[in-house]
Amino acid sequence: MSNSLVTMSYIAATILFILSLSGLSHQETSRRGNYYGMLGMAIAIIATAMSSSVTAYGVLVVALLIGGSVGAKAAAKVEMTQMPELVAIMHSLVGMAAVLVGYANFIDDSQTLTGVEKTIHEVEIYIGVLIGAVTFSGSVIAFGKLSGKIDGKPLLLPARHWLNLALLVVTVLLGKWFLAQAEDGGGTFPLLLMTLLAFAFGVHMVMAIGGADMPVVVSMLNSYSGWAAAATGFMLSNDLLIVTGALVGSSGAILSYIMCRAMNRNFISVIAGGFGTGSAGAAAVVEGEVTPVSAEETAQILLAAKSIMIIPGYGMAVAQAQHTVYEITKLLREKGKTVRFGIHPVAGRMPGHMNVLLAEAKVPYDIVFEMEEINEDFPHVDVSMVIGANDIVNPSALTDPNSPIAGMPVLECWKGETTIAMKRSMASGYAGVGNPLFVMENTRMLFGDANETLQAVLGALRS
Amino acid sequence: MKIGVPKEVHEGEKRVALTPESAEKIIKLGFEVSVETGAGAAADISDAAFKAAGVKVARTAKSLWNQSDIVMKVRPPERHPGLDTEETELLGSGATLISFIWPAQNETLMQQLAAKQVTVLAMDSVPRISRAQKLDALSSMANIAGYRAVVEAAQHFGRFFTGQITAAGKIPPAKVLVIGAGVAGLAAIGAAKGMGAIVRAFDTRPEVKEQIESMDAEFLMLDFKEEGSGVGGYAKTMSKEFIEAEMALFAQQAKDVDIIITTALIPGKPAPKLITKAMVASMRPGSVVVDLAAEQGGNCEFTEKDQVVVKNDVTIIGYTNLPSRLANQSSQLYATNLRHLLTELCPEKNGVINVNMDDEVIRGATVIKEGKITWPPPPPKLSAAAPGVPEPAQTHLTEAKKSLLPDRLKPLLTLVAGGLLLYGIGASAPVSFMSHFTVFVLACFIGYQVIWNVTPSLHTPLMSVTNAISGIIVIGALVQVSAPGFMITVLSGLAILIASINIAGGFLVTRRMLDMFRK
Repeated sequence: MSNSLVTMSYIAATILFILSLSGLSHQETSRRGNYYGMLGMAIAIIATAMSSSVTAYGVLVVALLIGGSVGAKAAAKVEMTQMPELVAIMHSLVGMAAVLVGYANFIDDSQTLTGVEKTIHEVEIYIGVLIGAVTFSGSVIAFGKLSGKIDGKPLLLPARHWLNLALLVVTVLLGKWFLAQAEDGGGTFPLLLMTLLAFAFGVHMVMAIGGADMPVVVSMLNSYSGWAAAATGFMLSNDLLIVTGALVGSSGAILSYIMCRAMNRNFISVIAGGFGTGSAGAAAVVEGEVTPVSAEETAQILLAAKSIMIIPGYGMAVAQAQHTVYEITKLLREKGKTVRFGIHPVAGRMPGHMNVLLAEAKVPYDIVFEMEEINEDFPHVDVSMVIGANDIVNPSALTDPNSPIAGMPVLECWKGETTIAMKRSMASGYAGVGNPLFVMENTRMLFGDANETLQAVLGALRS
Repeated sequence: MKIGVPKEVHEGEKRVALTPESAEKIIKLGFEVSVETGAGAAADISDAAFKAAGVKVARTAKSLWNQSDIVMKVRPPERHPGLDTEETELLGSGATLISFIWPAQNETLMQQLAAKQVTVLAMDSVPRISRAQKLDALSSMANIAGYRAVVEAAQHFGRFFTGQITAAGKIPPAKVLVIGAGVAGLAAIGAAKGMGAIVRAFDTRPEVKEQIESMDAEFLMLDFKEEGSGVGGYAKTMSKEFIEAEMALFAQQAKDVDIIITTALIPGKPAPKLITKAMVASMRPGSVVVDLAAEQGGNCEFTEKDQVVVKNDVTIIGYTNLPSRLANQSSQLYATNLRHLLTELCPEKNGVINVNMDDEVIRGATVIKEGKITWPPPPPKLSAAAPGVPEPAQTHLTEAKKSLLPDRLKPLLTLVAGGLLLYGIGASAPVSFMSHFTVFVLACFIGYQVIWNVTPSLHTPLMSVTNAISGIIVIGALVQVSAPGFMITVLSGLAILIASINIAGGFLVTRRMLDMFRK
């Protein structure tokens, strides 16, 4: 295949990728979008494999087959509640691939570049490996945190900002050393050293971020994996890689931005780690008496209501309660009640997590609403059921300027007639903030494992 | 400490300050509870039920009053008809009395109680702040009174509440006017609405408009600017002009409506006369006026306390003890209010009360502390959240000012930095790099435009698909795998392998997810 044909195929693949992403704008077109992506990827791989420079088909086919089947298997058996983990570990693979490609390119001395071009090429290798390595180790830690293998609490080393700064300075200095050595064909040692430092930096960065900020981290790593691909593209002078990497990179960056806005937090402060370091005074202590209810009473309240809003949080994902939630929804809808779902942008551990879980449980997506769509409707809601959520329904975010989550938009369920909050215990949420919602007069607390109590509610509704 | 609950002696009073349910919880706080025999009989609570809950039953009123450290009652103390002595006299010195007191109206009673060196907590003086809602007996009783007022009206009203169109002709719905949309007024609105009547409501406080409309009733607007809200969410006395406008409105409404329920009260003052004799005369025959302010003199000029009178074919109901007509449930609610107050008084659950005058709720309720009259309390700090707000707002303001300068400079700084960076790259980079850079920047913008349109519910599929697409890095490995050198082949082969995990996994899991989204 001639070079022009390869380039043309790359253009086709690029367009298909863009169509793929724009297809995901709506549920109706999303499946088509996914197929466009697959087609684009197939065209890109086949065209590259057919190009004149590729001859090692043995390694290529074997690696593709093994990788493909491992990926397919993982995709087929992953639980929907584990999506954040899967996405995180996949990001790490992209990061690792970028590191490997960078090294392979560094070792490859068949290229004959000179002068500024050579320097730029070496800078590109250096940056590509750097981003790849940070993505890899950061994603591995994110995976560990999401799957519970590593404690979700932020690990805050003393003087961590200085540590980060020092790492940055050392990385730049190593880069200078690397460039100087690469002039004479060396430079392996500084590159290796930098890779190790980048690994350490990735670990440190994600370790310092708390569990509630995970949606930001996951989308940020998504962005990094894109930039890693783009850097590789620069290194190899390959426009397809550059474009695709840029698409993925900006996609992840926008998602991170959306998540940060949903929490009313600054991107830098999320990445720098720690929570609520900027608050001036002590947050008001929540005091009052909670009014507990039983599953039977909950069923009574639901049966008396006309308009019901369900607000799922991470607790629903943990308890795998989405199917029970849907059974209850179905039953209530059959009884002629309006049942809607209100989803906070940062509910769960990754963007859109709740939507995927509800979709898995066959909840029709036209009764699932975003916070902005339904927040004004709460005064007309008879019963809100908060399932395993805390910070996203915390009124002190709006009322208490000293609260660590002050200014974060929240679902204003307390404006409805009654709120039933389901929780395992009275512990505070990830932000470690007390929630005045639970002691409000129109709030009823239903304690217990979300799935078990919802099963009991379902039983009571049926009888 | 020993808590005693006597039988109410006020004529027609059927409520009791204790129920078996509340007793059980009070005992858990560490108190000993006794009740006078027959105290709950009028509210359908037997002595046996009290005994079953662990309450001692005292045989005479005298022994009960004497042995109790804390006496809980409904009505203020009065002359005991059986013992022919004042209830106040029965109270042991140093004891605590918790009941309705109405200190503004009952000055002599206050003096008598103070002379006995006792502590008195008045349930009617609990401040109206959110924390104290659960012990606000005025609200819980007013709620019952409002409901009952509609039931009483229905009994004396010779027609349907709800409208019907039958084969035998049309029945128009009754029109109900509720004056004063406090707790009782709102309860009356709800009850009348539930029976199918057309309900209108009036209140001098404009902020209740929303509450009235939320109950599907019509708020009668007065075209007059005057704020009627006093401290603590109560109404205050209005100007002469306002009252004239108000009276004109009522006169006009009286001709139209079938039932008027008045609940207008101003704390510590006689009830305002709102429904004049002339207005009653203008009402249709068979109409009903229920005056919930009868205790304080009545809102209607015809009202006679505790009586039902018929004037000009209009029935005027002046019952003052409406909660007593639902004795069992009003006892339950009142007893729960008392239990909450005890919980506040006894935070350590050791059966000893601590009248902590630093606590806003307890301070408000305490009208006599160890013989010293402490009524009226200082005004409550939080009235509809208004005074609390300015402070934080001010700090915000100053914070905003501090960052004002950098805020304006920020975009400029980024612009300058971006420009310098681009200049630097342009000055040093070769042409081949620049063409790639063009592609890169344009692709970033396309990505930006495309991703903003993605609906938030598809964010997870978006991430997994971009994840699969970022597997495009496989291309980088593909072009290198054939380069000479074993190490390169190994590294590239490995990169192909893991990138293809990504590609296959990403696309397939996205497909799985998207298949689940359905209408």
